[in-house]
Amino acid sequence: MTVAAVSGRTSVAAAWRATLRDRPIIPLIGLLAILVLAIDVADPGIVTPGWAGVIARAAIPLAILAGCQTLTMLTGGIDLSVASIASMAGFVTATLLHSPGGLAQGIVVVLVAAALVGLVNGIGIGVFRVHPLITTLGMSFVVLGLSNVWQLQMVQTGSGVPPVLRTVGSGTFADVIPYSLVVFVPLAAVIMIGLRRTGYGRLLYAIGDNPAAARLSGVRSWQVLIVLYVISAIMAAIAGLLISGLSNTASVSLVDSSLLPSVAAAVIGGTSIFGGRGGFGGTMVGALILTVLSALLTVLGMPEATNQVVFGAIIVVVAAAYTRVTSEA
Amino acid sequence: MTALAVTSERRTLDVAAWARRNAWTLGLVGLLALLFAFTKLIQPNYGAFAIQGLGISIMPLAFAAVAQAIVVIAGGIDLSIGSMMAFTSVVAATLMEGQGDAFGVVVVAGVLLLGIALGAINGTLVVTTHVPDIIVTLATSFVWAGFALLVRAAPGGGASSWLMSLTAGPLFGVELLQWLAKAFVVLIVIVALVWIPLSRSRLGVSLYAVGSDQLAAFRSGVAIGRTKVMAYALAGLFGAIAGLSLTASTGIGTPVPGPYTLQSVAAVVLGGVSLAGGRGGVFGPIVGVIVLQLIQNDTTFLGIDPNYALVVQGVILVGVLILGSALESRRTN
Repeated sequence: MTVAAVSGRTSVAAAWRATLRDRPIIPLIGLLAILVLAIDVADPGIVTPGWAGVIARAAIPLAILAGCQTLTMLTGGIDLSVASIASMAGFVTATLLHSPGGLAQGIVVVLVAAALVGLVNGIGIGVFRVHPLITTLGMSFVVLGLSNVWQLQMVQTGSGVPPVLRTVGSGTFADVIPYSLVVFVPLAAVIMIGLRRTGYGRLLYAIGDNPAAARLSGVRSWQVLIVLYVISAIMAAIAGLLISGLSNTASVSLVDSSLLPSVAAAVIGGTSIFGGRGGFGGTMVGALILTVLSALLTVLGMPEATNQVVFGAIIVVVAAAYTRVTSEA
Repeated sequence: MTALAVTSERRTLDVAAWARRNAWTLGLVGLLALLFAFTKLIQPNYGAFAIQGLGISIMPLAFAAVAQAIVVIAGGIDLSIGSMMAFTSVVAATLMEGQGDAFGVVVVAGVLLLGIALGAINGTLVVTTHVPDIIVTLATSFVWAGFALLVRAAPGGGASSWLMSLTAGPLFGVELLQWLAKAFVVLIVIVALVWIPLSRSRLGVSLYAVGSDQLAAFRSGVAIGRTKVMAYALAGLFGAIAGLSLTASTGIGTPVPGPYTLQSVAAVVLGGVSLAGGRGGVFGPIVGVIVLQLIQNDTTFLGIDPNYALVVQGVILVGVLILGSALESRRTN
């Protein structure tokens, strides 16, 4: 009987491990539910559809930035230039609002600029094989510097966040459904279908899982990587537009504080920094978890300091849990 | 006579070998010399006083770069250095405020121990959880920054006067020796005192062994876990020194981490330390830091918008690495 009980327990544990390993999204949603429950206990009645809308609105830009990290991490890379690209996008669009082309021109300009930054990232990483961490870090300096220069040039024209961006970034339909879903849902669908159903998506996993095998199978990694970093930069610019609309500010360092959380959201979502494992589904839940967690800590009246300590602790715990289950597989 | 010729020949061989081993650093020193010449050209009265200012301004990042270099050599990366600097700096500034010089010495010793402890926690987490270094230190960067904010929510505090005078001005008041800025001397002496004995010790060799090939190191009997913890603890020590130098140069402690983490990674790579681990030293990164700072100063002298300095730094960082990888692939082919 003892034997049966023990083996029963181990098989339950094994099943848990298998779930965490193969379908990390299920325990993650469980964690999210626990956090939501905790926030409802801490402040009864706070959890309403309207609150959910507020959370979603804040989590969407983070999820997009974390999407950049997810895609690049799948190939074993990382993109540290997303924050400066995102800030640049929000800022430059705001300064171009009163130009002849207006908002449309501004958005086109920043998307093209972002694509160029991504192209340089991709060439550095794919062609010259410079470490992704360093290439994107160097480019983040370049983008920040150029944004500052732009700021000094444009200081006379005055800048305000375009009303359209404000509506898309912070508006809600019937006080519940954020308008930013209009941008996010198609984007998320493209990423998820792209990763699962297209050859390009599989190439990302292949390069991250085993670069040598991918090369020997005839994959031209450098082309895949260049396209990848261009996609990542454009996604970062889109996130930047949403964030400047959400916060109603345009500044060259607006998004800086979201850089490390974007990496954290991807890691919590189950994407491996070594490449080859993960996906965007987990990342979205990861971004929601981080957003709900900081809301919970605010409700509890914790100072920003405690907020950060808890934040760090949860990253280590979740990452350690993943490492355990995946190494035992 | 023949023996003498042989020894002198061996000596030249040694020099050649040493130069080859340190080719990257020597190239960087050459770049630095060119930059200094250029600076003197555009700013004829660039002199001892400017050098002293340069010394003070590079100190925090230089120590941060040394900390980062040690971890990267051992095959890791430490994204918590900036937060560690903020934490140690506010602790020092808060405890030293309004206290005597003697107590200041105790505080400095305590803060150094704190740094070692923080680093050891990083290392232990990396070793025991098997989570990638970059994730663990990313997480602890939040934790240390949070602690810094708990110690004090706004910039403030004070610093012992001896600590502040340790970095300001020249080492000797004599005319010719004014060039010898105290900050540079302190920087080099501290780094040399720790690094030179270390790199010749068993631990130093283990750091390089673990960084270049963990499996081979393990099979040669190197205690991987202990070496990694030591690497992070040393990084914590230099992180604390960097934090103290922040307090020394500003006279206060600021709880918000500066841009030092990412800049230290940049300086380390520019200084010839391979991110793959096992290669490089700590003096290259220091030269890298001086190069980056001097570029920034030069843009000011030239009347160029200083923001272009950031652009130039980014371009140099990526450009130097592209050049390096091109040279490397040529040599291996």
